[in-house]
Amino acid sequence: MLRRSVLSLARRQLSAMALQTPMEDAMRTKITEALKPSTLEIHNDSHLHSHHKAMAGSTSQETHFRVVITSEAFKSKMQPARHRMVYALLKEEMAREGGIHALQLRTRTLEEEQKQAERDSTRKGEGVDAKVDVA
Amino acid sequence: MVSRPLLSSAFRQATRPAPTFASKFSSPRFFPISARFLSAETKAAIDKAVGSAPVVLFMKGTPETPQCGFSRASIQILGLQGVDPQKFNALNVLEDEDLRQGIKEYSEWPTIPQLYVDKEFVGGCDILVAMHQNGELAKMFEEKKVLILAEGEASK
Repeated sequence: MLRRSVLSLARRQLSAMALQTPMEDAMRTKITEALKPSTLEIHNDSHLHSHHKAMAGSTSQETHFRVVITSEAFKSKMQPARHRMVYALLKEEMAREGGIHALQLRTRTLEEEQKQAERDSTRKGEGVDAKVDVA
Repeated sequence: MVSRPLLSSAFRQATRPAPTFASKFSSPRFFPISARFLSAETKAAIDKAVGSAPVVLFMKGTPETPQCGFSRASIQILGLQGVDPQKFNALNVLEDEDLRQGIKEYSEWPTIPQLYVDKEFVGGCDILVAMHQNGELAKMFEEKKVLILAEGEASK
């Protein structure tokens, strides 16, 4: 009985924690304001990395992010320049102790996103996948 | 395509310059965490590291035992591309805190790994993956003549 109530309390706390995403919110606000993205996906992958040595002692639930941004602000810019634009926006969040530890970026223009979507749809069924094997 | 075990052993020798490099960073540091400006000494050492081979990867861990998934993926891509180990050098930023912070300032790039080709910054892991997938990386390596010669390809 007691154990069950403790468990449900823990679960409630967990779900409450999951709703608090100050880092993700800050990222969304800054990226949206500066880049006016037509697509913005922010994936929090922190749970996949919580066992990492570098994460020892970290209590943050928001350390590893994968972000997909489609914006016309990237037009005629090379990939490193695009990533630097995002890094510059999130400079404080990345430099802060216990802040963002890893940030995966996919930065495209609308045209590039559409081209990729076309390629993906024609490629389907051929079984060709150029994905990197990270095993 | 050359098999992976063979490649990883070929990359082993590439890690050897790291300790001598690390020793160049042994000077005391006066700005503990956020060194805003690179000291001339650190900059010179990084200049040298960047030019230590045609292809240079700043990574966490070594090519055989990467300490981070993104460094691991980057090494695997270089292996898949067939980068010649003789023309490659990997530097472990975990061995030297000055290098770890210094390279971020130097490249104006806040994350590791970082790839340099002919002293030019190419990008981090996401850029490598994208360039690997769209063929740009193969094209660049071919132009820079940093790939293993065709022998291995003939035997596939």
